[in-house]
Amino acid sequence: MTESTISAPRRGVPIWVQIIIWVFLVGLLAIVAMGLNRAQQGTVQPGQVIENFTLPLYSSYELDGKSEINIQELRGKVVVINFWASWCKPCEQEAAELQAAWKEYEATGQVVFLGVDYVDTEPEARVYLKKFGITYANGPDLATRISQYFRIKGVPETYFIDQNGVLQYVQVGPFTSIDQIRAQIDPLLK
Amino acid sequence: MKATSDRKTWQITDYIVLIVLSTAFTFFTKTVALAQGPTPTDDEVNRIAKQLYCPVCESTPLDVCPTEACRQWRDVIRTMLAEGKSEEEIKQYFVQQYGARVLAEPPNRLVSYLVPAVAILLGAFMLFRGFRMWMKPSKTESSLEGATREAKPVQDPYIAKLEEELKKQK
Amino acid sequence: MIANFGFGVLVISFLVTLYSVFAAIYGERKKIPAMVESARRAMLLTWPLLTLTAGILIYLLVNDYYQVQFVYEVTSRSMPTYLKVTAWWGGQAGSLLFWSWLMSAFASLVTLRKWDRDREFLPWVIVVACVTMAFFIGMNVFFENPFAQLYQTFAGNIEPHTFQPAESVPFTPADGRGLNPLLRHPGMVIHPPMLYLGFVSFVIPYAFAMAALITGRTDDRWIRLTRRWTLWAWLFLSFGLVLGGRWAYDVLGWGGYWGWDPVEIAAFMPWLTGTAFLHSVMIQEKRGMLKHWNMLLVILTYDLVIFGTFLTRSGVLSSVHAFAQSAIGPLFFGFIGLTLITSVALIIYRWESLKSETQMTSLLSREALFLLNNLLFMSILVVCFWGVIFPLISELFTGQKVTVGPPFYERATSPLFAALMLLMGIAPLSAWGQSTVKTLGRAIWKPIVGAIVVTAVLFATYTRNPGALIGFFLIALVILVTLYEYWRGANARQKSQDENIFTAFWNLTGRNRRRYGGYIIHLSMMLMAVGILGIEIFQVETQGTLEVNQQVSIGGYDVVYQDIAQFQGPDGREVTRAVLSVYKGGEYLGELNPRIDYYYDAQQTMTIPGQRSTLRDDLYILLVDWEPVAATGATFKIFVNPLVNWLWLGSLLFLVGVVIAAWPEKEVERIAVRSKAPVQQQTSAAD
Repeated sequence: MTESTISAPRRGVPIWVQIIIWVFLVGLLAIVAMGLNRAQQGTVQPGQVIENFTLPLYSSYELDGKSEINIQELRGKVVVINFWASWCKPCEQEAAELQAAWKEYEATGQVVFLGVDYVDTEPEARVYLKKFGITYANGPDLATRISQYFRIKGVPETYFIDQNGVLQYVQVGPFTSIDQIRAQIDPLLK
Repeated sequence: MKATSDRKTWQITDYIVLIVLSTAFTFFTKTVALAQGPTPTDDEVNRIAKQLYCPVCESTPLDVCPTEACRQWRDVIRTMLAEGKSEEEIKQYFVQQYGARVLAEPPNRLVSYLVPAVAILLGAFMLFRGFRMWMKPSKTESSLEGATREAKPVQDPYIAKLEEELKKQK
Repeated sequence: MIANFGFGVLVISFLVTLYSVFAAIYGERKKIPAMVESARRAMLLTWPLLTLTAGILIYLLVNDYYQVQFVYEVTSRSMPTYLKVTAWWGGQAGSLLFWSWLMSAFASLVTLRKWDRDREFLPWVIVVACVTMAFFIGMNVFFENPFAQLYQTFAGNIEPHTFQPAESVPFTPADGRGLNPLLRHPGMVIHPPMLYLGFVSFVIPYAFAMAALITGRTDDRWIRLTRRWTLWAWLFLSFGLVLGGRWAYDVLGWGGYWGWDPVEIAAFMPWLTGTAFLHSVMIQEKRGMLKHWNMLLVILTYDLVIFGTFLTRSGVLSSVHAFAQSAIGPLFFGFIGLTLITSVALIIYRWESLKSETQMTSLLSREALFLLNNLLFMSILVVCFWGVIFPLISELFTGQKVTVGPPFYERATSPLFAALMLLMGIAPLSAWGQSTVKTLGRAIWKPIVGAIVVTAVLFATYTRNPGALIGFFLIALVILVTLYEYWRGANARQKSQDENIFTAFWNLTGRNRRRYGGYIIHLSMMLMAVGILGIEIFQVETQGTLEVNQQVSIGGYDVVYQDIAQFQGPDGREVTRAVLSVYKGGEYLGELNPRIDYYYDAQQTMTIPGQRSTLRDDLYILLVDWEPVAATGATFKIFVNPLVNWLWLGSLLFLVGVVIAAWPEKEVERIAVRSKAPVQQQTSAAD
């Protein structure tokens, strides 16, 4: 900004200075606009194909004996991704429902539940998992990469992904009944 | 750019194994470790917590953040200190676990300081170029300048009087 | 019903501001003075209209009309009445209305002044002020209606609506959610109004600058007209910032007053450009230079004011203060873009007529030093702006979220602040126009020797920290130079006018308010610097769990934990209050009561420190944790913050300084007299 004033030219403002000023201004506005756009975006919307990401799993909460999974390997199954944290009170409301739902679908082999532990410490997470008797796969959201990809607004949030890797439904906030979970999964299984 | 991102992924995959092993280890040895060494004091924990920011409560340093998540983090620091981990190791652990934003400053200092430094130097350069441009024709006008300076106190008779008084004093 | 009436008045004020804009433009274009006069009167009408709107809102707040969504969100039955009133600016919709209300008050004040000499400015000042006002009122009318009421729809959902939707019934909650406990503090009662006053009053210089650019009357008339406004604006903004710091110190429980939080910086940035403007304006007045630069500074200040408001409300940066994400973000962004681009285009258009009249003659002249001062303020602005925007850039381009926290700002700005202080020490001694190393050296050697002596004494008795010593040296230098200037003036006056020294001081200040008011402000800044240096460099802290009668020692204090009690507070909170005795060298100093308040309505806790404040240091104790069952142990965090009290003392002196500098002089009469001789208008060097 300084350049525009100090270099008092003879006649008006030289074109190149004007160009610099405008490019700078527009660039600045563009960055703020992009930031604003991101802030207003909300979570990933249904209909979008979920890109591959890797989720390391806590020991004794592995999936088929694997301590690390790529989401792409789960194509062909319905994937339910639940973001939670041990310090999150609303998460506790839905923990039992999620586990019960998992028990219902576990045997079919058609559905995978993944708990993604958001900004949490492992010892506390394990206490939480044990307290609610959770048995489905769970792992930490390392460096908040996964939550950033989904642009979560908070915990709990649950994402339902169909067999083709397409996001079908986003639940923001806790489930209040197991029927709400069934209502999202059952249509995808048909 | 490419090279750094490759390095990053290497670190992460490498780290995942490490984390799974080491955190499992810490979990089981937590009580033992506490019993082993002297328990780190709150001050020792806070010294490190001060430099960290929890993503749950942005802009509040960890040592004064009252939320449950932050309390857990402080416990982690305490546990790691009891295990004899160094400050740098602990910070590194948090970065890898929760991302670079836990640090009070962007990890790549070069970028974060370079841009304002360059902008300031550019401004300084412009200013001094401006000075020189202003001063160039001053040779011809310097006598005139002197005159205006002499004449100027008329604008503020009081200052003139004051300056005169001061001169007399000397 | 009352709420609908309030909304109606709000809509009318919106229409009135719009009318004002169009009438002013139309009257100016078609040269119909009556139209411009009509626009002026319409603008005068906005203040009573908005006052009525605000009165209705306050009535609703105080009388628990929870059907109104805003009332439901920011008050509750247990809140005392004064807090229900201040809840007005405790939420998004209300604070926008508050902004508009203050803006209308300022706009009215401006239009009430004598316009005889400045007729051509009038329509454009009205346009700029009313466009800004219309924007803010429009936000209230279309997006953040403070009068929206809650209705239960047929489907059973409870939604806020401006008008009752079909097939719905009004819904009135039994109690409100209550004001954010952080805002239930006396500091919060005055901090936002001060800050907003500062924000809003900077619109006035901007409006005049735009009027000058549009009309092409680009001499320094606009600066003369607005310089007092600018000083008042600056006073409010500065004081708002200090009060914010005090509030943070008393309420947030960080042990500090300033966390380099993006929202704090958002309010700090217009202060930086405003302060730079206050200085560089003097160069234009005295030397006729820097016209472009002053225009640019006013534009920057105005847009940073709007940008600051935008940052806190749009959710672009999340922060402890930020209001939740909201639909008004894009509109704010559009408004900033529009005003910035228009203003810059206008400057470029008028570039030629803004050219300097005189030349610079010496690098040590006062104008040159003022330019350096501007460079430093701009540099601090660049650092702050970059720090605020960097996380955004990082996330957009690398996907990596980062934090830019205090270490960055402290490291990057401390050399700049130090350089500013050095300038503050030199500049008062240099003369306008010409100044040489010799003249300057002759004036400054005594204060420098004095400052070295002070630093040496501090080195021997207080600290060996090099950063602190540099800081104290600079502080001493500025104080000595300022006092020396004062003394020189008073002494000269004493000799010439045969006054005693006190009368001489008094009259000296009275005769040149801006200069000596400015010096008082410099002194006050140095007192604040003492406080800042103290807490930044010498703060010590400890944390530990104490059992009853157990003692902890820190910074010369011995603190003994006596007792803890839990009881119900009067206004819907549960108080957990600890009792600690404080001793120093065996002498009993009193008891401190850090506490944790839990607010039932907002379901939030507040950690209120126990403080003992002296000029030497503050003992600041926080209750971190306690065992509710055993009640034997409690964890405390104890800070000793040396010298921090000087910060608050300095801010009081600052207030005195600005009031002296900004107090209306007899100059008003002079303008009135001179207005009869319009020939003088062009001689910008006069005065």
